Parts: sequence; C-alpha cells; structure tokens
Amino acid sequence: MSARLDARIPGGPIAEKWDRHKFEMKLVNPANKRKHTILVVGSGLAGASAAASRAALGYQGKCFCFQDSPRRAHSIAAQGGINAAKNYQNDGDSVYRLFYDTVKGGDFRSREANVYRLAQTSLNIIDQCVAQGVPFAREYGGLLANRSFGGAQVSRTFYARGQTGQQLLLGAYQALERQVGLGHLRMYPRTEMLDLVLIDGRARGIVVRDLVTGEVTSHAADVVVLATGGYGNVFYLSTNAKGSNCTAIWRAYKRGAGFANPCFTQIHPTCIPQSGEHQSKLTLMSESLRNDGRVWVPKQKGDARPPNQIPEAERDYYLERKYPSFGNLSPRDIASRAAKEVCDEGRGVGPGGRGVYLDFADAIKRLGEHTIRERYGNLFEMYERITAENPYRVPMRIYPAVHYTMGGLWVDYNLMSTIPGLHVAGEANFSDHGANRLGASALMQGLADGYFVIPYTVGDYIGSTKLERVDASHPAFTDAERAVSERTATLLAIEGKRTVDSFHRELGKVMWDYCGMARNETGLTHALEIIPQIRDEFWRNVDVPGSAAELNQALEKAGRVADFLELGELICRDALERRESCGAHFREEFETPDGEALRDDAHFSHVAVWQYRGENQTPERLEEPLEFENVHLSQRSYK
Amino acid sequence: MKFTLHVWRQAGPTAAGAFSTYEATDISGDMSFLEMMDAVNESLIERGEQPVAFDHDCREGICGMCGMMINGIAHGPMRATATCQLFMRHFTDGDAIYIEPWRARAFPVIKDLVVDRSAFDRVIAAGGYITAPTGGARDANTILVSKSDADDAMDAAACIGCGACVAACPNGSASLFAGAKIAHLGVLPQGQAERRQRVLRMIAQMDEEAFGGCTWHGECHEACPKAISLDVIARMNGDYLRALWTTHEEKQEQGAG
Repeated sequence: MSARLDARIPGGPIAEKWDRHKFEMKLVNPANKRKHTILVVGSGLAGASAAASRAALGYQGKCFCFQDSPRRAHSIAAQGGINAAKNYQNDGDSVYRLFYDTVKGGDFRSREANVYRLAQTSLNIIDQCVAQGVPFAREYGGLLANRSFGGAQVSRTFYARGQTGQQLLLGAYQALERQVGLGHLRMYPRTEMLDLVLIDGRARGIVVRDLVTGEVTSHAADVVVLATGGYGNVFYLSTNAKGSNCTAIWRAYKRGAGFANPCFTQIHPTCIPQSGEHQSKLTLMSESLRNDGRVWVPKQKGDARPPNQIPEAERDYYLERKYPSFGNLSPRDIASRAAKEVCDEGRGVGPGGRGVYLDFADAIKRLGEHTIRERYGNLFEMYERITAENPYRVPMRIYPAVHYTMGGLWVDYNLMSTIPGLHVAGEANFSDHGANRLGASALMQGLADGYFVIPYTVGDYIGSTKLERVDASHPAFTDAERAVSERTATLLAIEGKRTVDSFHRELGKVMWDYCGMARNETGLTHALEIIPQIRDEFWRNVDVPGSAAELNQALEKAGRVADFLELGELICRDALERRESCGAHFREEFETPDGEALRDDAHFSHVAVWQYRGENQTPERLEEPLEFENVHLSQRSYK
Repeated sequence: MKFTLHVWRQAGPTAAGAFSTYEATDISGDMSFLEMMDAVNESLIERGEQPVAFDHDCREGICGMCGMMINGIAHGPMRATATCQLFMRHFTDGDAIYIEPWRARAFPVIKDLVVDRSAFDRVIAAGGYITAPTGGARDANTILVSKSDADDAMDAAACIGCGACVAACPNGSASLFAGAKIAHLGVLPQGQAERRQRVLRMIAQMDEEAFGGCTWHGECHEACPKAISLDVIARMNGDYLRALWTTHEEKQEQGAG
C-alpha cells in the first residue's frame, strides 16, 4: 500500500473498532475549542449536521453554500427514505445485516470498517432526528412506520411521505440556524468556494466568491470540511439540482487531494424519461415506488398498442422473471441495466422507445387507490404534472438517469483526505457505497458523517496536531485569490460564439454515450480523445456575458462547466483502467454468460485513487487494497 | 408555441427597474416555465445581451429556490405548483406573459427576478427549531406520536420556504411561513417544551424584518405550492395569545457552590 493511502483503520474486531477508536482519540479542552475555526463548505445533510454539531461543541464555525439559503441544498430532494438497523419490525434486521447488505450491494468495493460504523450509527440517526421533530411516518399506535427498499429483504427504511430528504434536511437546517441565532456559527449563503489553500502541506482555508457582489475573499481556519455533494451533473442531464457541481472537490483534487473511484456513478432506474432536447434536468421517481409498482415491457418488439390493450400474457415483467427472489426490488444498478437491455432490444415504450412501464394497477386492486395515494400521492402528482398522464389510470413510464456518485475524494477512516486538515463528508467522499449505493443509504451516510463521525475526528485532528496561527493575509491566500480572479477574468475575456450550456450538453452526451450504463474500451478511448477537444474549444470559444463584479449566473456556470470538462476526462480514464465489471461500472467486455457484472477480484479488489500531477499531465493511479474479513467475496446474486 | 414575455429587468438593488419585452419562440408544451426561460436566455446570450437572472435549483418543486410573479400571480396560474413544475402546456399559444420578482418589502430585489429572502432564515434562527443537541437522544420509539398528529405535523412541515405566501399577501405577511413551522413543531410532543418561547421569538423576529401583519386575506394559501392550510396561522395566533398570557420572565440561573 502506498504510504500516501493509509486508511488508518483501527485494530480489533469489526464491531469494536469505532468504540475503541473514539476512546483513543485526543480531546480538546472546552476552553481551547473556541480558539479553533472550522469551515464547512456545503449545507446539505452532511454539511448542515456537521456545522451544527461542531458549533454546539464550542468551535468557531463558518458554513458556506452557493444557494440563497442553507435549506436549499439538494439533500432536500431525496424522496424515499433513510435506512436504520432498528429492527422495529422484528423481521430479522440487525447492524450486522445492514452492514452485510451494504457491502454486498456495493459489489465488494467499499471499506468494511467504514460500512460497519455507518450501520452502527444508523441507530443514533433516527433517535436524533425524532428528537428534532422530524415527522416520520407513524403507525396508528404511534410507533414509527417502515417500508422496504431496493437491495434489502427487511423493512428498515424510515420515511416522511415522499419528502424524507426535505424533512431530514430541515431538521439539520433548524439545528444549524439555532447555532447561527446563538452566535456560534456564521452562515455565508450565495458564496461559492473557488479554491483550497494549503500552508505547510495542511489545509488552512478557502477562497470564495460572493455571488452577489463578485468579491473574492479568503477564510483561514484550522480545519476545512467539504460536504459539497456529488458530481452527477458532469452528465448534464441528471436528477441533481441545476447548481450541483464538482468545483469544490475538483479544486481540492488539484491541490493534491486524491480522487477515488471517479467512474462509480449511479444510474437510477426510476426516472421520468426525457421528453425532448430542451430538457434541463431529469426527475426522479422514488425507488420506493417499486415496492408496489411492477415493471414491464411488451414481449413483442415495437408493440405500439396502449398499455391497457396489451393482455397479461403479452407482457414481460422482466425483473420478476430474471430475479425471482428480489423481483422489482432488485438493486439499482441491476434494474437500470435490465431496462436498458429491453429498450436496446426494441421493446421500450414511449417516445423514442426509451422507457419501461411501472404499473400500479395490481397494487390499486389489492390495496385500494386510497392506500396508494397515501403512500405515494405527492410522487404521482409530480409525475402527472410533468407528463400530463394520470398514473392511477395508466402505468408510469420510467427510464434510468444519472443520480448519485459513489466516487469522490478519497478519505481515511477519519474522513480525512490525503491533505491533512481537509475532511470530506457525505456524497463528496467515496467512502461507504463501493461500486453501487443501495436505496435510502445516502441520507444515512450524510447524517452519519455529519452528526456522528466528523465531530469526533475533527476534534482528534485538532487535539493531536500543532497548528500555527495563520490568517488570510498569508501569501498563500493572496496568491490563491489572485489566481481565482485571473481565471474569472479569462473566462469573461474569451467572448466566443457558444453558450456555456451548449458545451455542457455536448460533454454530457459524450459521458452518457461512452461512460453511462455500459462502457467498453473503444468507447472510452474515443471519449478520452473528444473531451480534451471540447475543453479546448470551450477555452477558445465560450461566450460569458456580463462582468465579475455582479450577480452573474452565466459566469458561475462557466466556472463549474470548466471543471466538469476536466473531471469528465478523469472519469473516463478511471473507467478504462478498471478492467472488470462491478456494481454500476459495467464493462461490456466483462460479463457472466447470463449478462451479469463479472468482477475481477484478483486484480481490482481495490480503491483506485487518482493523484493530480499538473496541467496536461496524466494523473497517477494509486491503489488502496480492500480486505474482506467479514463479508466473504462472492458473486452478487439477487436471483 | 410562441409567447411574448414582459420581463422585469433591474440591474441591482438600488437601480431603477423596467419591463423588457422578449419573444419566446419554438416552445413545446412539455417544457417547464424555467426551461422556457432557459431558451430565452440562450437566445439573449447569442444576441450579445444579458440573460435574465432568476433563482432556481432542484427543478422538482421541493428546494423552494425558484419563484416569480407570473401574470401577477405568485408561481403562476396552477394551484399548488412551484414555478419549476409549471409546464407551458397550460398556456395558450400567442399569450403575453408578465414576469416579475416577488413583490414584498422584506424581500429586496438583488437583480432582475432574484430577491433576498434571508429574512426567512432569521425567523427560523430566532426559534424555529427543537433544541436537541447531537448525541444522547433517547430511542425513537419511546416517543409515541399518534398518526393523525404525525400527519398534521407533516402537512405543515411540507413548506418549502419559497416566499410565495409573502409575495401574494397584500400586507407582505410571513404568517403562513412562520405558522407552518410553529404548527409542525407545536403538534409534536417533542416540541412542547419550547412551544411558548418559539412563537414569541419567531413573531418578534417577523416584526423586526419588514413583514406585515395577517388580516386573513388567504392569498398566501392560494399561492402556496404546497397548499399549506390557513389553519397553521390560527394555530400560531392561538399559541401566541396563550404564550402572552402565561409567559413570565425567565428566571436567572444561579451557580451553586
């Protein structure tokens, strides 16, 4: 193992590692805590919960987000639920089972110790959220209700109608605002991080741009936490919010933070199909719908009959047929690939034949429309609003779309990146989901990182590190500020012919075509040739109107797309080098005879970590070997 | 389809604003209102003009970032629908559409259709929470919440904080917004301990911001993309009266020994 990639996994049996580690951590005297400043970038589940928890401990805190309020962060859009191994349903769940399901669901490409800790802290999350007043669904007796979710055979998902992410985020947001009101934390909305500043090899602050005035300033600190979410928008069309971007983690990468498994991008099986070229984003329909909806396509190629005229015998419920034990609840990567397969065969439905039915007729017959409305009413409404079709009467049409990125900045067990003092939480890091994330696990991870891991590990870092005082007048800050302003000026001075969006769409199409649900060497090699050409044209021919000293949304987008144009190349490079199929990374050259992902554990049972080596240099590929001591490596089967 | 857009343009908070007229052409009924705005902006950039600044993010009707007055109605003509979820199929080919920013004293214009809603964050910071420090919470199932209370709490908690209620109100009142949070937390057993101080502090903060008072027009509910019920305002007023009657000065904590 490279010395640079010490995961610092504590010793001892897996169930004791975290407790033991917590005990061995250095503590910081309460009187000294207020002498230390911690910056949190991003205010989603991970960022808001980390900022609120640490401000409550007495540290000086600042939190930054590009939206107008921390409550807008894209965690808010998560619909289905949050997993926790409470076993309230007495159906055989346990911390160990959640751990096992997550390692297996991630197709054995995650770190066991991290996943076990995630499963352990899942219990505390639900308690914490209920204490804050998150209105989880309840049974008539007043106890918490659960539903089942993809990739699991137990009912361990807690939910608040179809708005679980919203309610969890509002809980964290309210805790954060409470700290703001008490004066323990300062919030910087409409502020975008544009660089990370290192002094003596440690992360000591960030450079930001005020999106209203355009002013570029620095913030010095002892610890920087990035909780800036995923990079799915590199595909242009995704279920992410329009503003979601990779800029913060990409700047950190260019300052030396290793980037792990960038090619592990999740394509979610149940999204509303694209309706035309004008489309600006794709909308997710919660995976929870697969609890009651049945997925099917016509058996006949090119069958153009409306769904209600296709008799039962001429329908192919392909998930139930291929995966009888998990059926419609197969994990996301498997369900997505199966949808692509039937559409490639010419059996897809709707415009362009890129869609499959998600049919609630049986569930409505069995449970009544009222129950279905109660479970999914807001999702059905959203679907009808977008498509003008009533899903209580006609089956939904769905198609896979880019949704989540398992890859991200590499972190050790303490969630610290390869840059000392730079911690990374939530979707922005790579840690817990391996090559495929299970449903209702993103919310769990964001809150586990923010409420229960970062507050401990940041304290340990501060307590065990001698940190010289620095402030924003240090030359490292002024140099970084200058570089940020120069880059902005360069973008504005190009005055080319094409809009930022046109480049973003072009990049997205290349990513989707060659690095989407199925990948192969020829396609990836081709993408690696085209992406630099698009990037080259971008820097010669982009048109960014307006000035730097005002609210300039085109300029914001330009900076983000410039970074996506670099990240896209790294994703394809990682996908090319990983010569195996695992989870969401499906290489057509590596499949089992029945078309499932074929892992190569002998050569690829590791985390691939990319180290930046300078402009126009091929980055270095490092490996962190993965050991499986508890869950034994096996071919994943959901049949 | 084709539309004539009259869009409010304002260079900055102190600049004078005015309507500019643009033609939106080749608009499909499957485009959302914001996708139509994207198309207009692309053509403005191509013509060398400044695109229209507007706030948006999730485009799924949940983040609450988007919002404009469309023909004088907050979030436009569809009930219980945020601007990003409004589709052009609900307009008639050839329509003229007037587009303005939220109109409220408490939400100053930053640029074009972008306004400053930070007053909402300050109202929450004043008391819109349940104090629950991280760690040490008891097992979730030891707190029983009846299904109907949980449903009522969830109905109120659905607020997305977009500000349409304030923009729609002739008084620029934030009562629906604040009432929704007060109702959400006040229905739950966990929210009882701080119930009185919560309502007092949030209302004091609303008054400090430039929000007006509620005189029961009900426009807020009509404009609300989540159709939050006016009941939450009644509940807020009830809590407020009760708190005024029963709250006395907080006792000073004394150090012992």
